[in-house]
Amino acid sequence: MNIASAVILCTIVGAVGAIILVAAAKFMAVEEDPRIEEVAACLAGANCGGCGYAGCSDYAKAVVMDGVACDKCAPGGPKAAAAIAKIMGGEASAVEKKAVVQCQGNSEHCKPAYDYTGIQTCAAAANLYGGPKTCTFACIGLGDCTKVCKFDAIHIVDGVAKVDKDKCTGCGACANICPKHVIMIDAGGPRKPVVMCSNQDKGPVAMKACTTSCIACGMCERTCKFDAIHVVDGVARVDYDKCKGCGMCAQKCPKKIILFPLKDNPYPPEPKKPAAPAAKPAAAPAAAPAPKAEEKPAAEKAE
Amino acid sequence: MLVKLAAIFFSMILVNNYVLVKFYGICPFLGVSKKLDSAVGMSGAVIFVMFMATAVTFPIQIFVLDPAGLSYLQTIVFILVIAVLVQFIEIFLKKYIVALYNSLGVYLPLITTNCCVLAVTILVVGDYGADVESLGFGIAYIEALICAIGAGVGFMLAMVMFSGVRKRVEACDPPAPFKGLPITLLAAAITSLSFMGFGGLVENLFNVTL
Repeated sequence: MNIASAVILCTIVGAVGAIILVAAAKFMAVEEDPRIEEVAACLAGANCGGCGYAGCSDYAKAVVMDGVACDKCAPGGPKAAAAIAKIMGGEASAVEKKAVVQCQGNSEHCKPAYDYTGIQTCAAAANLYGGPKTCTFACIGLGDCTKVCKFDAIHIVDGVAKVDKDKCTGCGACANICPKHVIMIDAGGPRKPVVMCSNQDKGPVAMKACTTSCIACGMCERTCKFDAIHVVDGVARVDYDKCKGCGMCAQKCPKKIILFPLKDNPYPPEPKKPAAPAAKPAAAPAAAPAPKAEEKPAAEKAE
Repeated sequence: MLVKLAAIFFSMILVNNYVLVKFYGICPFLGVSKKLDSAVGMSGAVIFVMFMATAVTFPIQIFVLDPAGLSYLQTIVFILVIAVLVQFIEIFLKKYIVALYNSLGVYLPLITTNCCVLAVTILVVGDYGADVESLGFGIAYIEALICAIGAGVGFMLAMVMFSGVRKRVEACDPPAPFKGLPITLLAAAITSLSFMGFGGLVENLFNVTL
């Protein structure tokens, strides 16, 4: 008897609850745009938060309801962006995003300013005279980015963060946590150059701080035919909407710090010579340092 | 009467804090306290659901389970009721109070299986169920609801305090075996110890016996 009444009571409570929920789902249903689910299906589903929303479904909602750009899913890449654009009836113009560390100040190029023994995070070290390197804009190299990277794609090599471009999904977690803001996410793909320095000091100061710094000489700005590279706040920056990727700035840079970090061979192509005999290429490396030596003093004068 | 309600409310926050003194709801306490804003969001949802769950389960216990002699079914029935209730509240808020739905966000469905919500509904029956005969159902019901809100606010206090503690813990550099959860649990233990100091405070402050 007791068992029977217990079973009956539980069944009744369960049934009443089920009826209430079914009725509520039917009568209080909120019409959701069916495209939200379609968009969510196109995303990577990693819930990494790289797009700046709480999760994949949240971003899908923002795309459909608020018309947010469709290329923010970094792990999904251009494929996801194209699929979303198809659903939303637009065109995808996305380039695959990759992180680029705009600093090459390793132990060879940038000497330590003091011996740092405090808390071993970049965030803490950055608070002490802007970091333990002579260049106060440099990568600190204590690996906050390595810790935050979910894809094991960024590591400290000789005091500077280096991105493994094959593993990087461009989620931007490292760029957000870097206290020195030396990591860029929206470089325009492997064919476009990147200025591998973040030093905003004036030329002579930058020159002393690090041997691989941007001295803001403006050579790249004068060289560019497309008005796509400018010295802003003491450091050259590329405008990727205008840049055609010709690489002239990289060739002319006296400090050789404009590189193609997303290419397999990051160094700029050698200047093209009009059809030359086979002996010529051997002379090219010898010719390269010569203009460099001439331009350096010119750059200092310009400052 | 008012004094007693105030005493119940504050004793639930400080003396009988559900997280730090009674050790309920440790999973959200450790899981969601990393960031201040998510701690506040989760606590808001817990306060809301604790109040609603107690408002429904207390009458069920008094008017259905006790007269039928089935009070041993308390746990299973309460779990059922809370699960249905949370789902229903989610549907209802989505339709009619969208602002609240957006602010509670993902935390609302998480609470369906939260032990501190079940603990409140069960302990409240134990504490104030006896008052139904002596003081009448109305007063006992109000006491139970005040107790539920106090428990929720206590949960919020613990979450917000501990998210501050965690911020300090994250920035420090403990020995390798203590990194991550161990040092967090140690910090939680010390925070809990500090709450033991509130024992007897409320009874003496309001001069009532609870």
